[in-house]
Amino acid sequence: MGMLDKKYHDSNIIIVGLESALNWARKNSLWYEQFGLACCAIEMMATAASRYDFDRFGIIPRSSPRQADVMIVAGTVTMKMASRIERLYEQMSEPRYVISMGSCSNCGGPYWEHGYHVLKGVDKVIPVDVYVPGCPPRPEALLEGFLKLQEKITGETIIFKKNEADKKPETA
Amino acid sequence: MKKPEEILEYLNQKFGEDQLTLERGDIGEPWILVPASMIRDLSKFLRDDSELRFDMLMCLSGLHYLKEEELGVVYHLHSTKLDHYVTLKVRVPVEEPEVPSVESIWKTADWHEREAWDMVGVVFDKHPNLKRILLPDDWIGHPLRKDYVQQEFYQGIPTGE
Amino acid sequence: MVEILDNIDQREMVINMGPQHPSTHGVLRLELVLDGEIIKKVTPNIGYLHRCFEKYAEQMDDYSKVIPYTDRMDYVSAINQEHGYVLAMERLLEIDVPERVEYIRVIMAELQRIASHLLGIGAFGLDLGAFTPFLYCFTEREKILDIFERTTGARLLYNYMAVGGLMKDVHPEFKTDTADFLKTFRPKIKELNDLLSYNDIFIKRTANIGVLPKQVAINYGASGPVLRGSGVQWDLRKNDPYSIYEKFDFEIPVGMGEMGTLGDCWDRYIVRVREMEQSLRIIEQALDGLPEEGDVTEAVPKRIRPKNGSIYTRSESPRGELGYYIESNNSASPYRVKARAPSFVHLGMLPAISKGSLIADLVAIVGSIDIVLGEVDR
Repeated sequence: MGMLDKKYHDSNIIIVGLESALNWARKNSLWYEQFGLACCAIEMMATAASRYDFDRFGIIPRSSPRQADVMIVAGTVTMKMASRIERLYEQMSEPRYVISMGSCSNCGGPYWEHGYHVLKGVDKVIPVDVYVPGCPPRPEALLEGFLKLQEKITGETIIFKKNEADKKPETA
Repeated sequence: MKKPEEILEYLNQKFGEDQLTLERGDIGEPWILVPASMIRDLSKFLRDDSELRFDMLMCLSGLHYLKEEELGVVYHLHSTKLDHYVTLKVRVPVEEPEVPSVESIWKTADWHEREAWDMVGVVFDKHPNLKRILLPDDWIGHPLRKDYVQQEFYQGIPTGE
Repeated sequence: MVEILDNIDQREMVINMGPQHPSTHGVLRLELVLDGEIIKKVTPNIGYLHRCFEKYAEQMDDYSKVIPYTDRMDYVSAINQEHGYVLAMERLLEIDVPERVEYIRVIMAELQRIASHLLGIGAFGLDLGAFTPFLYCFTEREKILDIFERTTGARLLYNYMAVGGLMKDVHPEFKTDTADFLKTFRPKIKELNDLLSYNDIFIKRTANIGVLPKQVAINYGASGPVLRGSGVQWDLRKNDPYSIYEKFDFEIPVGMGEMGTLGDCWDRYIVRVREMEQSLRIIEQALDGLPEEGDVTEAVPKRIRPKNGSIYTRSESPRGELGYYIESNNSASPYRVKARAPSFVHLGMLPAISKGSLIADLVAIVGSIDIVLGEVDR
């Protein structure tokens, strides 16, 4: 782990960097928003159900965006839905993450060419942290997406997300 | 149980000759071409007559014929009691796409007619709530028309790539 | 006293349920007009998943390229959707399908029906607060998906059927896999009954709720388990037989109002459970009759170019009557493909059956008609 710098034997005190403690806590209790859009939602349900068992990673569904840390955009985002997705994202509290699951939400997928009512990628309305390819992605792929997100969280600094910190020169 | 030909003959006795015609393509099923003005009366008769009793509207589809500049509505009917089928077709010009609604006869038609309005732009006369169903209310155009041009932006979001 | 009554706020309240709501089975928005907790009016707002299926069907330069898009319409029962489409195409082109293909199709379709009902039942339980049956259902469902995966290579959207045949033959161990599944699944239905169907709390939440009378159901064009739940013995596999369903011996379970009124949520639910047993019977017979040898791709036409004409074909999907209206115009791409989705029709009756019920019961009603939004919006 590398986070236990020193351990006092009798009084259960652990000395650890604040950042790594926060990141450790965050990455191991990713509550996702229970919100399915289309076909991928069925695979998301399958991932949460008995065989693949999301819970063992501390990933559990919440029905309200205000309690959720991560939003899985599972399925095709349509024009009618795009503004609602944006609204839901705004309702989530910081730090918040987005996993784009499946080809449709990555880029429009099979509906890319003639889909007049399909948004060509959810990243046109909200920022995305991890893209999971597939149509639909297997449950293992979604789990891999979560592991990637955990990796990303591990490297975060306390004030800004790592990728945002790069963009902001005034903090340097 | 009646065949489409027998149904047409039976209808001709009631509504007079040369109103309805039985058409068929090179393959597939035949259909009865109905003038738009009489579709509601005809539907009511089809449902209530004791020898027809078409109590179920299976499907209602809207079509656009680009070359003929016409819109079409196709009704697929089935009688669960007498177990026979009939297909009706109505064709109206694109400029005056008005077809009487059959919502009061079969409740299934309510949403199907709204969809036909949404997708190809058939105006159903006396429909209680004829507005878009699948697309948002402020959408421009009817996407299943063959000459449909996709709008570039919807509420500031690009619909293309 | 009168004064106090006058001061009571009697205004109606309008509430939006969805599009993000855990119990709407996807992106459905229901506009509720409430008087306290009693529903005065429900207006379903759909289209949040409108993915332009019909436009795509017209734009494809080959009739068989539509099949993957039919998969994505009702993603819970993809095989049944494909089956409906290829049936329509085969009737339009007048293709005779080899016997082995028909048997494999029926086995696949019935397996998919069980998988779909398992998901429907699990999600219905989840809506009513029963979490455990959901996990039990998914355990069984995964076993079916394993059988599918070995043959088709996919878990959810298969693209397995072709016009006139199948994409490829089944996996060599398909027969034993399926037989194993039949053996293990039978006792699980009893387990599910003990766990959920005859659970007192579950019955209290579903009996006498969302009653759909027979005549209303027919007038609205209901079909499938929803219609059968109202006591109408109507199943296209028997009443308008397609494929080789005439060969099999099975029953049509109907609602009988055992726990309350005929046509309530419990009736619609139990029809699904009993249908799974019947599907098992069909699979058993089909496995016995499955011809050992045979080329599954021999009747697949190289090039599909139907003449002018149109066809409407319907088949029994797990949700009800799935119809495809196809109009061809002597070219390689369809002129018009219209899908008549059962969920679309069933959702249209929601205002009629949920009027006057409590807001908490609306969740049970929506769950009991088992909609899939991909099919509603297409």
